[in-house]
Amino acid sequence: MPTTTNDIQSLVDQEYKYGFVTDIESETVPPGLNEEIIRLISVKKHEPDFMLEWRLNAYRRWITMKEPKWPHVHYPPIDYQSIIYYAAPKSNADRPKSLDEVSPELLAIYDKLGVPLQEREILAGVAVDAVLDSVSVATTFKNKLSELGIIFCSFSEAVQEHLDLIKQYLGSVVPYSDNFFATLNSAVFTDGSFCYIPPGVRCPIELSTYFRINAAATGQFERTLIIADKGSYVSYLEGCTAPMRDENQLHAAVVELIALEDAEIKYSTVQNWYPGDKEGKGGIYNFVTKRGRCIGARSKISWTQVETGSAITWKYPSVILQGESSVGEFYSVALTNNYQQADTGTKMIHIGKNTHSTIVSKGIAAAHGQNTYRGLVKVLRGADNVRNYSQCDSLLIGDQCGAHTFPYLEAHNRTAQIEHEASTSKIGEDQIFYCKQRGISAEDAVSMIVNGFCKQVLKELPMEFAVEAQKLLGVSLEGSVG
Amino acid sequence: MEKERLLTVRNLHAKAGDIDILQGVDLTVNAGEVHALMGPNGSGKSTLAQILAGRDQYEVTEGEVIYRGKNLLELAPEERACEGLFLAFQYPVEIPGVNNTYFLKAALNAIRKHRGEEDLDAVDFLALVKERLQLVEMDPSLLSRPVNEGFSGGEKKRNEIFQMAVLEPILAILDETDSGLDIDALRIVAAGVNRLKRPDNATVVVTHYQRLLNYIVPDFVHVLIDGRIVKSGDKNLALELENRGYDWLEEQPKGRRKTPQRGALVS
Repeated sequence: MPTTTNDIQSLVDQEYKYGFVTDIESETVPPGLNEEIIRLISVKKHEPDFMLEWRLNAYRRWITMKEPKWPHVHYPPIDYQSIIYYAAPKSNADRPKSLDEVSPELLAIYDKLGVPLQEREILAGVAVDAVLDSVSVATTFKNKLSELGIIFCSFSEAVQEHLDLIKQYLGSVVPYSDNFFATLNSAVFTDGSFCYIPPGVRCPIELSTYFRINAAATGQFERTLIIADKGSYVSYLEGCTAPMRDENQLHAAVVELIALEDAEIKYSTVQNWYPGDKEGKGGIYNFVTKRGRCIGARSKISWTQVETGSAITWKYPSVILQGESSVGEFYSVALTNNYQQADTGTKMIHIGKNTHSTIVSKGIAAAHGQNTYRGLVKVLRGADNVRNYSQCDSLLIGDQCGAHTFPYLEAHNRTAQIEHEASTSKIGEDQIFYCKQRGISAEDAVSMIVNGFCKQVLKELPMEFAVEAQKLLGVSLEGSVG
Repeated sequence: MEKERLLTVRNLHAKAGDIDILQGVDLTVNAGEVHALMGPNGSGKSTLAQILAGRDQYEVTEGEVIYRGKNLLELAPEERACEGLFLAFQYPVEIPGVNNTYFLKAALNAIRKHRGEEDLDAVDFLALVKERLQLVEMDPSLLSRPVNEGFSGGEKKRNEIFQMAVLEPILAILDETDSGLDIDALRIVAAGVNRLKRPDNATVVVTHYQRLLNYIVPDFVHVLIDGRIVKSGDKNLALELENRGYDWLEEQPKGRRKTPQRGALVS
């Protein structure tokens, strides 16, 4: 008789579908990090002195810092001197002017990933700023958006064309001295996305970036800066995949969001970096700093993330609620299977009066996965009438995995209302058997239960993304109830 | 005309861990029949029901089960379900986050797919659901709630029979469906079961008490004691059990048992 345990195992055993390596000659700098390398990166990118200074400041700070040890994750020491900090596809040394100039091999990668990069995007309503390793390769829709005054380009281009905005906002949410990984990023970041929405403009399409780590032994350090000016709105999607490699790769990104008065930013991530194999070999270390600042009154920043990939995930998309009556939201699904580890959550820092925040975190742990929610709700003294609602639910699949919840509450104002709810449940043999007895296979049962568990978060994603995320959850889990 | 033989259980032995639970069960169910399986606590009634449904925590050590010409024990639980075998659970399982209607639609379409039929579209499905809901007089608000979550004991049992009404099984096994039901609910559930009765399907009612059998009248009554069927008869046997309890059967000398202890297959 087939056993449920076996069914679940085979589900978990599904292989990573995006693990192909494409041969594109990369132009790389030698491995290791020192001031020379940073100068080299800056020169290669034709950066103004301001940027070089910023990078060097970060580097000088970084060498005095220690890697954080408090997250509930375990990994062997990272040799930062063996990482290659710059890799640009060689064929693009002169940067393509349009899609026609993008090398077919590169386009083929995006094809495999299903990134909509050509005419069909217009139908899909997605503008893609594609990042392959470090240099932004092709940006679509730019002209259309620029008619509305929207700037959507690679970070490097923004440094060349919109230096004032960069000078004003770069590091204003995540300063270069912020934390070990953000500081490293500040020193060596090579590219990323930049977005500016002018006052009163509602961005008519979902802006989208697909990140992909391709070259072996390169860290990817991208940086995203989004500024929503007064009364504007933008929804930004970020999707990630990486090829399979035996060694671990470091990904230390920084994302900064700035919302001025009455502006709203919705930032959605579906992260599917290579998680390592069944024995826990290989996979991405995803050490990311994401933070938004609601500067203006009544502004709103909403993070939605579906994290199914990476060997280790360490990220806390946060909101600084500075403007009066501003709103911060965090919706998260984090899934760890096999030997994946995730320590993720958010920080809601209430500075302004009448600020509200909502946290909904759904952690799923299967096989030997370790899933930690870590969240801070902090209410400063002057912040009257703050409200926070947090809900942290964990779903366990099998008996080898772990779920941990570390909520931190710091209220310095008596008028604050803070609610925290938590639950832990398990997909049991009983549930699987019940579904099977009604004709539903174990795979479908697990995916149905998991999707039910995550519904509250998935409904926050834009439609097309939600469908993709649902499939991804199914695939990532295949094989895990015991 | 001969009735189709749906289920043949021959000399079934099974254990859970080291404990022998079934010790040679023989049972034949034909289309159009209602069987009642009775017996004291711990006699193996529910175990038999669970083994027929494909629960893997029991080990079958001897004997065979033929369901509509197929070796039932070789089929995965979901294949059995798709082939028309339905178990109304004694303890229906809660599935948080999964909408009751969505669940039922997934089940129905899995079964239809197995039969080579197309998925039922949303409109037809809802029409079917509405109609069958009346059969068990179930509160429609339960449809949009997660499967069995927060349902009362009686609501869970009704939900089981409601699922049965939608899935239209060929062989339905009702495992202690009467437990936890008050008399009104019992009558409603029983009426639902009776209306689902057709010449081409069959029902095995597992129960502890005779009470349910006032409403679902069985063609055959079997008494299971210590993992064996020790006596079979018609509905009057159930009444006799109600009056005399099970003791007189437990004390009965082995040689006088009506049902053979060992099937011919052993030799």
